[in-house]
Amino acid sequence: MRRAILALLILLASASVAPGATGPDRLSNPQQEARAVALQKQLRCLQCQGESLDESSAPLAIDLRRLIRARILAGQSDAQIKTYLVSRYGDFILMKPPLEPATVWLWFGPLLVILAGAAAVAVVVLRARPAKS
Amino acid sequence: MTGEIGQLALCLSLALSLVMAIAGLAGARANSGLARDVALHAAMGLFAFVALAFGALVFAFVTSDFSVLDVAQNSHTAKPLIYKITGAWGNHEGSMLLWVFVLAVYTAAIAFARRGGAQLTSAALGVQGLLAAAFLLFILFTSDPFLRLDPPPFEGAGLNPLLQDPGLAMHPPMLYAGYVGLSAAFAYAAAALITGRADASWARAARPFMLAAWIALTLGITLGSWWAYYDLGWGGFWFWDPVENASLMPWLVATALLHSALATERTGAFRAWTLLLAIAGFSLSLIGTFLVRSGVLTSVHSFANDPERGVYILALIFAAIGGALALFAWRAPKLQGGAAFEPVSRETALLLNNLLLAAAAATVFIGTLYPLVLDSLWGIRISVGPPYFAITFAPVFAALLLLVPLGPQLSWRKADLGAAFRALSPALGVAAVAGLLVLAFAAAPALQAACACALATWVIAAGIIQISGRWRARTMSFGACASALAHAGLGVTLLGIVGATAWKSEALDVLKPGQTMQVAQYALRLDNVERVQGPNYFADRADISVQTHGRTIATIAPEKRSYPVEGQAVSDTAIRTTGYEDLYVALGDDRGGGAWVIRAYVNPLAPFIWFGGAFMALGGLASLFGRLRRSVAAASPNAALAE
Repeated sequence: MRRAILALLILLASASVAPGATGPDRLSNPQQEARAVALQKQLRCLQCQGESLDESSAPLAIDLRRLIRARILAGQSDAQIKTYLVSRYGDFILMKPPLEPATVWLWFGPLLVILAGAAAVAVVVLRARPAKS
Repeated sequence: MTGEIGQLALCLSLALSLVMAIAGLAGARANSGLARDVALHAAMGLFAFVALAFGALVFAFVTSDFSVLDVAQNSHTAKPLIYKITGAWGNHEGSMLLWVFVLAVYTAAIAFARRGGAQLTSAALGVQGLLAAAFLLFILFTSDPFLRLDPPPFEGAGLNPLLQDPGLAMHPPMLYAGYVGLSAAFAYAAAALITGRADASWARAARPFMLAAWIALTLGITLGSWWAYYDLGWGGFWFWDPVENASLMPWLVATALLHSALATERTGAFRAWTLLLAIAGFSLSLIGTFLVRSGVLTSVHSFANDPERGVYILALIFAAIGGALALFAWRAPKLQGGAAFEPVSRETALLLNNLLLAAAAATVFIGTLYPLVLDSLWGIRISVGPPYFAITFAPVFAALLLLVPLGPQLSWRKADLGAAFRALSPALGVAAVAGLLVLAFAAAPALQAACACALATWVIAAGIIQISGRWRARTMSFGACASALAHAGLGVTLLGIVGATAWKSEALDVLKPGQTMQVAQYALRLDNVERVQGPNYFADRADISVQTHGRTIATIAPEKRSYPVEGQAVSDTAIRTTGYEDLYVALGDDRGGGAWVIRAYVNPLAPFIWFGGAFMALGGLASLFGRLRRSVAAASPNAALAE
């Protein structure tokens, strides 16, 4: 049943085998490097199926990792970098979808389910109480 | 010849499944002994012919019969025998045949065991017959594995190297045994609705099948996660990928079903809900099959499948789910409520369990399907990744784990919450200590990790208390062992997840032979990289010495393999495990001049993730064994004496 994961794996494998080779591009300032890694984890690889930029070794992911570092070195904030990437690739690049009219049910659907379920459980439990003799 | 035998066997299977459907349903309605016998024999015949077709396909793969299109596209003579066999289901057509084969196995088991009486069995076989017929039609018309190729090519195209792996050889059959096993629960639930006997008997009859399906799903998911861990090369074990979610949803619902059915069997409570869960569990299996098989998930990639297949499966899903729900809507309102219970009781605990599991399943469902719907209706593309599930799924599951230890301590109908907490007080103490220890000693700011560890310890300790309490009171049973093991398994897995995410160390470096890198407490020295030859690949293998305090404690050898036939390369990671910690090393790109990229991780507690899965499956096995023993005892004439 994992054919789709395999599809992504094939894509990955054909791009380059190894896990994301960020080594030589690493920033010398550990704080800046940590920021870059944190950003990579919040952004997705656009060529693969479920992986973040941090995990992917697709060519575009490698380019984007370089782009993130270049912009960090240029003094941009995390928010500025994200805004730039979203303007270029759309919300699709964000691992965590933003809350907007189109995603209201995505974010509040689970909450509604659990509230409705809790109400139903309460009704069932109250009704099932044995009659007082 | 094999191709024709397989093809013929499939056609006969289709005929038999239709016979079984008609005879089974007619036998249940008209109370005809003859029709029921026909259905029983058709079930055995179906099993025999599907097995023959499946055997023919495996034979064609083993003998590299490239006149069969499927074999030519997915196999190669140079492959080791084991991967020729597993290659039979490492492709769309073969995996659908495996699906039907597993369905036929469960059908034969239903016919053989005849649980719940002749009428219920007959109706269940009728439903299984409809499902088998639908899938056989699907195979014959859109996914025929026996299509011929003329002239046959000299050599096959080979199998994706990532599939050439022992973990993945076992993973699909296991997962299918789970997915398809839920069809038995579905068939019994539909049978109960058809025959109008929706009391506790169907749940009792279907329980071994539910358990078998649940065990297989648990193992299948665990194996898949383990495979992703060692095969992907960066130590991740769960991605919230839609395909993974497709297997998680049926598991969550099947878990809820096992618990709800307990109450239904015991006191007749929640009958309608248990029926609904049985229907939902298999429906989610079908939806999972649709998501993976139709190509909707991979439509943005070159991997797209035939859309005709997707449309067919979608129609099948609507027919199966719609039919079952219509039956439910028609019959369920007539169901009487079960026996009364107090708000503090085992029944309430099971309801809360079901509430949280169903909410968790609904969350995964929304998170998986929302982006698909948004994209297809409005063309809006979003990603729903791990951060979404961390916010929505994790709290629900944490609440569930918080309550898990209480359930087994509460008695049916009316329970004493104070007594339950008193019995569990040692677990509370141990959990608090574990949490504080983490806060005191963990390096990173670790409030979340501390809470998760406390939670895991609470669940594990409660399992131990449950077992030891039963032991001392001399009321040990398979059922008690089962729930204690399965619940503790959840805690063990949680510990593993915390360790592998919160306390993971990683390092990445470019090394030349003789150079050393440090990851956590280990120094890794690259000794040399050499070219080695495998059966159908060649590889660059790095020999690496693992050192602590200047002493070499092990050597490991990650590889980067190239498969010339398939034109692909995969990374073969090296993992050195102590049982509570993994050192995980992957070989990356060649940087030229003898320098190689090496990525290393230390994943504390990572093996616990899969140990926990094994515990859960063992718990399921204990329950299954207890059930079957009881059934055998009840069926034997000496049952009265044995009591």
